[in-house]
Parts: sequence; structure tokens; C-alpha cells
Amino acid sequence: MLDCAIQLKDLTKTFGRVYANKNVSLEVRKGEILSLLGENGSGKTTLMNMISGIYYPDSGQIFVNGKPVDIRSPKDAFDLGIGMIHQHFKLVDVFTAAENIVLGLKEKGGLDMKAVKAKIREICQRYHFDLSCDQKVYEMSVSQKQTLEIVKVLYRGANILILDEPTAVLTPQETEHLFDVLRIMKQHGKAIVIITHKLHEVLEISDRVSIMRKGEYIGTVDTKDATELSLTEMMVGQRVSLDIERPTPVHPTKRLSVQHVRCVNKEGFVTLDDVSFDAYGGEILGIAGISGSGQKELLEAIAGLQPTQSGASITFMPADGSSPKELIGKTPKEIKELGVALSFVPEDRLGMGLVGSMGMTGNMMLKSYENGHGIFTQRKQPKHLAESIRDELHVNTPNLNTPVRRLSGGNVQKVLVGREISAGPTVLMTAYAVRGLDINTSYTIYRLLNEQKKKGVAVIYVGEDLDVLVSLCDRILVLCGGRMNGIVDARTVTKEEIGLLMTKREGDLSHVG
Amino acid sequence: MSGEFRQATPVREPFMRIVKRDGMRVFHRIWVRIAAIILALVVDALFIYFVTGLNPLDVYGVMFGGSFGSKIRFLWSVRDLVTLLIVGIALAPAFKMRFWNIGGEGQILMGALMSALCMVYIGTKVPSGVLFLIMAATSILIGAFWAFIPAYFKAHWGTNETLFTLMMNYVATAFVACSTNIMRGQASSLGKLNMGNKAGWFPRLFGQYFTINVIVVLSLMVLMYVYLKYSKHGYEISVVGESENTARYAGINVKKVMIRTMLISGAICGLAGFLIVGGKDMTVSVNTAGGRGFDAIIVAWLAKFNTFTMALISFLLVFLENGAKEIASNYNLNDFASDIISGVILFFILGCEFFINYKLVFRGKAHKEVSVRV
Repeated sequence: MLDCAIQLKDLTKTFGRVYANKNVSLEVRKGEILSLLGENGSGKTTLMNMISGIYYPDSGQIFVNGKPVDIRSPKDAFDLGIGMIHQHFKLVDVFTAAENIVLGLKEKGGLDMKAVKAKIREICQRYHFDLSCDQKVYEMSVSQKQTLEIVKVLYRGANILILDEPTAVLTPQETEHLFDVLRIMKQHGKAIVIITHKLHEVLEISDRVSIMRKGEYIGTVDTKDATELSLTEMMVGQRVSLDIERPTPVHPTKRLSVQHVRCVNKEGFVTLDDVSFDAYGGEILGIAGISGSGQKELLEAIAGLQPTQSGASITFMPADGSSPKELIGKTPKEIKELGVALSFVPEDRLGMGLVGSMGMTGNMMLKSYENGHGIFTQRKQPKHLAESIRDELHVNTPNLNTPVRRLSGGNVQKVLVGREISAGPTVLMTAYAVRGLDINTSYTIYRLLNEQKKKGVAVIYVGEDLDVLVSLCDRILVLCGGRMNGIVDARTVTKEEIGLLMTKREGDLSHVG
Repeated sequence: MSGEFRQATPVREPFMRIVKRDGMRVFHRIWVRIAAIILALVVDALFIYFVTGLNPLDVYGVMFGGSFGSKIRFLWSVRDLVTLLIVGIALAPAFKMRFWNIGGEGQILMGALMSALCMVYIGTKVPSGVLFLIMAATSILIGAFWAFIPAYFKAHWGTNETLFTLMMNYVATAFVACSTNIMRGQASSLGKLNMGNKAGWFPRLFGQYFTINVIVVLSLMVLMYVYLKYSKHGYEISVVGESENTARYAGINVKKVMIRTMLISGAICGLAGFLIVGGKDMTVSVNTAGGRGFDAIIVAWLAKFNTFTMALISFLLVFLENGAKEIASNYNLNDFASDIISGVILFFILGCEFFINYKLVFRGKAHKEVSVRV
């Protein structure tokens, strides 16, 4: 028991009548990397929040280094040497790295920045971090900010590090580097917990894997005995196939031609810079890029929600062979009135795609409320549509008028995707369609997209998981800082090649495929 | 590790936690509200007994009499009720759109002023039917215009509508003060307009001038209910209120909806001004709106924009106000004491909404709760 850094005994935490964690017991040893694996909503983050003092358990006991402790605040956690690196960084943009590190520390006497920097450099050397003390946070890349967060907790003497989905925002190369650093920390005897749901990373980095499902602790296995399939089964609780179908495109026909699209945001920054591509019916075009590389602006420009700079052209080729239609400068309503069957599943589901306070029926009306007679909306047809979507996609909702905001993330997305697909689109755009969804729902979405592809719909899939992009899409367009760094054939490209394109800043645009 | 571990302590749960309820059965909701009223009456009884030394039951009787003591009291309560209700109806679409129209007061005043000006300067020059038409039309137009200005600025330049509509109230008050000063001439106050020829006074129906007000407001109540719930405009208002981004995504012209809805809101406030002048006060003053532009916000919000529920809440507010007045005059108490009595009742009725949406979990009870529920 002496080598246990943290031991949890029967931790339970409830929110209302929902168990976020139910009698969870697990241990983290010194000098090991433990992966905490589970689907969204399985209680991983709640559990770690109890260790780092953000939540207080309803019952159960936490032991640190074999001694029972009482963690009532993040400060208590710090005092016990527990450091958490959150998914969303908590840094002050206008401060330098060193200033962020000492922020909030109460040391006796004056602040000796020289000594602080020396200590930071010493930490960086020991664990091979690449961090410059005087760089301001707003000048840092996402991975540099993450490095800073890790150095920050090490500076405060953390021996137990908890990382919440650290690779979600990193490219494959940055992930590799992070893993190298973690291995060095492990050699120095630190206990490390990684929360993640990417199986191949679990297998690569961790020594042991603890699996959670629906708030309950399922078990811990040694990584060397685990496979992606065995872990998934433990995580989901049933046998699942992890293969994504990818039918060969049949008679791809040009549906959408995007030429020289350039967007500038309110602050005057260029968010999209001269992006040109064609989308074909019967294929899935993937769009890859670090988040905030212009994906949102690109889809919104096509949907008529984002003003573009002059010189841009977005033409839609109707399926019936009539003359191409220019979409630039048109509002979403005008685009609809042109007869352009464009469906759009936006990234912000409840803030843009749906009305959170309305039920399924009300949300179906968003697309059809104008079809009613005279001044009145018609409710019958949307109600039937809601019923059929609920039944076909197994949407779990108390009734059709329950505000969709109260549904789980997966059900919300089913409502949105169901509505957009039911409109019979010629072009279907989806942004982060499976973000936050469990494995079964994700595969349902992939299946729906493939069905649309087979029907001859031009599908545009903005994604963040490169494994999914390379196995679902036909071609992948890579964005980097608003520029198009290439279109690659998804059947031959590797994740590493896409990762390079996602970060390469210089011109040198190679058009493949 | 430095080895500074604190002593292990037993699990110290906070003394009380607030937990959101999943939903409550209708029966349970009614029970909570009845309990709230009983509690309010008990607390009030303690206040009445210990502070004023009166018999609480007698005081409650007097309070009840404020609205139900006689036929005329009851009729006046109805009159006050519909006056408050129409303003609530006017504000409902704006607030449903999350457009904080704090300017009901000014929009009513401007409408009332237009009606009064018509009565004074047109008076008997035209047949009475035409006069009513002119009064109504000008009041509605000025009310709509008063609301249009902040709506246009918000739609086009993103100005803050709360401050803007609020400031428009002061402008309207100044207009009314100035105009009444001119109209009264040498008289000490304006008094009822056209006392002699009664031009611009609503005809008495069933013996009361305000019968027309009741009819108009009740029809508006039904119309606004249908408009918000079943019309395309109503749907657009809901979507814009929930999320402007979703509205744009759905192809809704947000600016247009915003301006249109405020025109409707202002127009009904203007109409309210007309009804107050023609059927209730027969004159105008800076107190014509009497704070209803603000009270009606409570009415609209509490009713969640259901106009029928608004009628109930308007009734409650009028009942409390009349009751408080009655207590004050009957027992020669000062206004503050009677305001406390009605304030306590209002507090409990509003406060019980909290217990409908949330529950309190006390230390040590959590496990029992959970095991009972599972």
C-alpha cells in the first residue's frame, strides 16, 4: 500500500437523483501513468474534481500516501501535492509564463522573479519542457499553454498530476511530445492520471487503465493485457464493432464550388484566407484543422451566416441540372427560397441549431414554421416528423414537448441531425457532429452520414478526431490559421501527414486528390 | 511530499445544499402554493398582533373587503385589474423576445397625452365616433413610435434597450407635465376634461364608463394568447428570445422581428393610455400610468407570458393593493404597515416558486433521500 499515491474508497457523489459516481474505489501508484477511461457522462471528471477539491463527496474516503484526508477546496488539494490540468486552461492572457506561475502563490517576503525563473528553468530542464519564462500567454500556441499549465502545478510541488483530456486539442506531433514529457515525469516518481477516451493513446501511454461506465467503477486492467476492443467492451458494456464503413463514391457530381472565400472577423483578423474547393455529391469531404482554424467561418459562409470579402464565390449546382446558383451575399432565407437544399448541423447545437427551451416538435418547426396557412404556424407535420425521428433514431425524451435543453447531449444531436437529414438535403454540412457523444451514438451518426452519401448527397464533415476523419471521409481538406494547407486523399494519407498540414504555416500549398 | 498531513476528519458535509428538482406533480405544486398562502397569513397575523395590536382576523376581513366589500369596490377592482392586465399584455411579446421594455410607463403616458390633447383641442368639433377613432389612432401611433425609437437603435447599433426605454419614460413624463401645464391655464389642476359636454368620455355600458375597457382588454387577452402561441410571428419571437444565432440560422430576420414586436408592444401601451383617459380617468397627468409600466413586468414574467395567467396575477396584485389601502384607512394605520401586510403575502407567493423548482437537502439526510428515491 505504501506505493499508492492516491487511494479512493467507495466515493459517491450525486446530483439530484442522478449518481455521478457510485461507490468508486481505485488507486493510483507512484511512478505510474493511469488512464481513466470512460464515455462522456461516465463520471471521470466528477471523480477527479473530488480529488482536486472542486466537489465534495457525499460519502467515501480519499487517502493520499496512505493517510485519510479531507479535501474541501482546491487549496487543500494543492497542499497535498495534487495538481489538476483542466481541459480549459486557466491562464491570464496578458501575463508572461513566469507571472502566471507565481500568480496566487503566497510566499513570505518579496517576490524574487530571478529566483522564480531559475526554479522554472530547473523544472523545464529536468522534465524536458520547452517553455520561455518571458513569453506572454496570448502569444502562445495551445500546446505551449498546456505546457505552462503543467509547469505551473509542478512549480507548486505537485506529485500527483491529473490531466483532463490533454490531447483533445493537440496535433499528433504535439501529443507525442506531451507523452515523452509524461514518461520522464513518471521516471521521477510522479503519479499521473490521464482522463481520455482515445483508446490508442491509452494503450500507448499508460501502465494501467481504470474504466468507468455510467458513474460506476468497472475495473482496472494492465495496459499490456488490453486491446482496443477489450477496452471498448468494458467501457460500453457490450460488444461493438469499431470499423467505420466507407463505401466507394458512385458517380461523384460537383454540387458546390467554393472559390477564393475570405472572411474577416469583427476585430479585423483574417479568419479565412482564400479558400477554394469543390464538394461532390456522393462523397464525404472531411475538414481537418486545429480548432479555430476557420472551420466555423467556412461552413457559416456557405450557409449565408458569415459575410465574405469581395472576390469570393460559392456556387451551388442543383441536382436537377438547372443553372448553377450563386450563394454569396444571400441570407439563409434567400438561399432556401432559391431552392438550394442545404442542411447544416452547426457546432453550437443549442445556441444555433436548436431552440433549447422548445420541445422536439417546436424545433422541427424551425425549418417549416412558414409553411402554415395565413398567419398561423402549422404543427401537425412537425409533430409527425418529431415522432418519426424519435422512433427511428431512438431519441430518449419524456415527451415531444420536453425542452430539448433537458435532453442528454447525444439525444440533442440526434434531434438536430435527424431534422437536417429529413429535409432531404443535396449538401449536408456537419460541424463536430460526434463531439461529446457516446460510442453507439457516434456510430449512428457515421451510419446516417454514409446513408446520405450513398443517396448522392455532398457531405461536408468537420471533425477533430483524425482517426475518424481518415476512416470515414473520401477526401480531407486541411485548414491552418484560416488558410487551406491542402486537400488529401483520405484513403492513402496518414494521421501524421495531416498533423503536419494542420500546423504548417508557410505557403507551399500542395494540392493532392 | 513535505509530510504535513492534516488529521483525518469525518466527512463534513455542508449544513444545507440546494438541489434542483426534476419536476413536480401538479397536485404537489398546488399544495405548495396553498401552504405558502397559509404561512403568509400566519406571519402576517404575528405582525398584526404584535406590532399593531389588532385582531388579525378582523384585519383580514377588512382587507378582503377592499376588493369585495361592496358592488362598487368590486367593480373598481375589475377596472384596476384590466388596466394592469392590458399593460402586461403589451409587454409580454417584448419580454418574451428578451427585449427588456422598461418603457411601458412612457408609452402609456404618451398615448394618454395624445387622447387628452384630442379631447381638448378637437372635442366636439367632430362627431363622437370620429373623435374616438382619432383618439385611438393617435394614441396607438405615438405609443408605437415611442417604442420604435429604442427598438431601431438596438436593432441597428446594438444600444442597450433597458436604459433607452427607461430614459424615454422621463422624456414622456416631461412632455405630459409641460402639456398639462399649458392645458390647465390658470386653474390649479387640470381636473376631468370636458366635464360639460363629456366629449371623449366612453359611453356608459351597463352603468359604467369602463365597460368598454373590460371588453377591449379581454379580447386582447385572447388575441395575444393566440398570437404568441400559434402565429408565425409568435414563433419567431420565441426563437429570437431564446437565441439570436438560432434565429439567423433559421432564416429569421432578427432586426425586423425586433422592431415589429416593439411596435406591437408600444402600440398596445398607447392603446392602454387611450383606455385610461377615455374610460377611467377622463384626464391626463404624470401619474396616469401610475407605475403600471413596471408592475406589469412582474405580471408578464410571473405568468410566463400566458395572458390568462396574467389576468390571475393582475387580480392578485390589485387585490393586495386595495386591501392594503383599506386597512390603512380603516384602522388609521400608516401606509407602511399595510404595505408590509400585503408585501408579506406577495413575498410568500413568489418565494414558493423556489420550492417548486428546488429542494433543500440537510446534512445527514442525503443518503436517506437517495435510498428512498432509488
